[in-house]
Amino acid sequence: MTAKERVELARHPDRPRCSEYIETIFDDFLPLAGDRRAGEDKSIIGGIGFYRGLPVTVIGQQKGRDLEENLEVRFGMPNPEGYRKAQRLMEQAEKFGRPVITFVDTPGAYPGIEAENFGQGEAIATSIAQMSGLKVPVISVFIGEGGSGGALALGVCDRMIMLENSIFSILSPEGFASILWKDSKRSDEACEMMKLTAEDLYKLGICDRIVREGSGAHLNRAAVFSRVDREIGEALEQLMKLKGSQLVKDRYRRLRGIGKETV
Amino acid sequence: MRQWVRRMYNPFKKKREVLSALREIKESGIAMECKACGHRLYKEEFAKNSYVCPECGYHLGVTSSYRIKTIPDRGSFREICGSIKGGNPLGFPGYGEKLEELRENIGLKEAVVCGTGKIGGTKTCLCFMDNRFMMGSMGTAVGEKTTRCFEYATRHKLPVIIFCASGGARMQEGILSLFQMAKTSAAVRNHSESGQLFVSVLTHPTTGGVTASFASLGDIILAEPGALIGFAGPRVIKQTIGQELPEGFQRAEYLLEHGFLDGVCDRRDMRKTLGLILKLHKGEKK
Repeated sequence: MTAKERVELARHPDRPRCSEYIETIFDDFLPLAGDRRAGEDKSIIGGIGFYRGLPVTVIGQQKGRDLEENLEVRFGMPNPEGYRKAQRLMEQAEKFGRPVITFVDTPGAYPGIEAENFGQGEAIATSIAQMSGLKVPVISVFIGEGGSGGALALGVCDRMIMLENSIFSILSPEGFASILWKDSKRSDEACEMMKLTAEDLYKLGICDRIVREGSGAHLNRAAVFSRVDREIGEALEQLMKLKGSQLVKDRYRRLRGIGKETV
Repeated sequence: MRQWVRRMYNPFKKKREVLSALREIKESGIAMECKACGHRLYKEEFAKNSYVCPECGYHLGVTSSYRIKTIPDRGSFREICGSIKGGNPLGFPGYGEKLEELRENIGLKEAVVCGTGKIGGTKTCLCFMDNRFMMGSMGTAVGEKTTRCFEYATRHKLPVIIFCASGGARMQEGILSLFQMAKTSAAVRNHSESGQLFVSVLTHPTTGGVTASFASLGDIILAEPGALIGFAGPRVIKQTIGQELPEGFQRAEYLLEHGFLDGVCDRRDMRKTLGLILKLHKGEKK
């Protein structure tokens, strides 16, 4: 399959959304709202639930299923309020010693006037810095699109699990083509060049596990959910044995190693 | 007397003298125009005024070498990790050649120069980004140098001051570039946890991945007047929302009003202000 075909699958309108993974994998999920600063952003779901009896904090980016839902969540593009809600929930996870599990599915952070006025850059920077220092296990599952800093703000982790047809890139292929060649129509070319598939990221040492989808996650929902469930279980089992300080040390080493060969 | 005669009557020398005088006039005496108000001034006079227009206060762009000359105490700057330079990790067509060309033309290895120096007698780590090099974008080398600078500062209990000037992440290095945001932010966090000071100075322009990582994580964040600062570029925002942007949007003064800066600092006062900040944070930490 070409990178472009994978991008199309990652963006497929029927692809399972974050909320479906949460409903299936966690028991008694309790959603929690608001950033206690400025508002509530529905494009980031957050809350607490049980994973096989263990309380965990779950945070994920939510795309809509139809136009109406998508308008409400800006097609899965969070505002600073969303990232600050995530920060609040991660702080509590650390306080109560709960592992954090994130689901990444966003074209990127929302580019808007309000978003800038409320400090989109600062919100993302703070999320990234906070995640790098969390003294509890952090597992990130990439379920669809992972675009730019807006995805990274939920993706600094100890274990990165990517669905076979999920992507993670510096920018959308369209944006990439428009910046480099001043022509967003050359996005197909960009897809191949950008090294954005799960396979590429695995080879670059960024992604740890790839979850197979068969013909696509939207056609194999139950199987994909149970595979993701199993991956989370395995990762938790390994990470729960480690002390907080060790987790932070390992996470730093992990970040430190990315792209080291090139300098 | 003889010398004087020779000078007077040596036609070749005279010609040479005239030529060199002409060149001097041409180089130092080029009249420059302020981009904001159109005020005309000799380049030398602009330089004497820190490249700030004396009429309207517009801040012209300056290079990292200019800042290295003017911010630290004279002769105190020592470069660290100066040999680090990036390659072409994803094999992006033409990128390797472009880097070599820039290194040759600008004389910089990468888009940031890091080192130690003193300001008003206080030792500090300093990073100067330079947007002549790939628009100051953060590739693996920029991320590595900045990270090492923070690690050095953590080990030696030193503050860090960064002059940011960047278009964001470096597209040609793809996802590896994106992860420099995480690497640098983690290094800033460690430095901060060790009780050390980080001052971030945002200059024109500071956008994208640099805004969304270390640039926004300073204990104190200053900006030069008029600097464009933001996450998403104004063009992208305009396209997305399909309406005009408010006046002064994403400029330093606008960010100050919205609570994302501690202050907007004139370039002519920058050295003094940084000196004061360092002095206020001096003293043994427990």
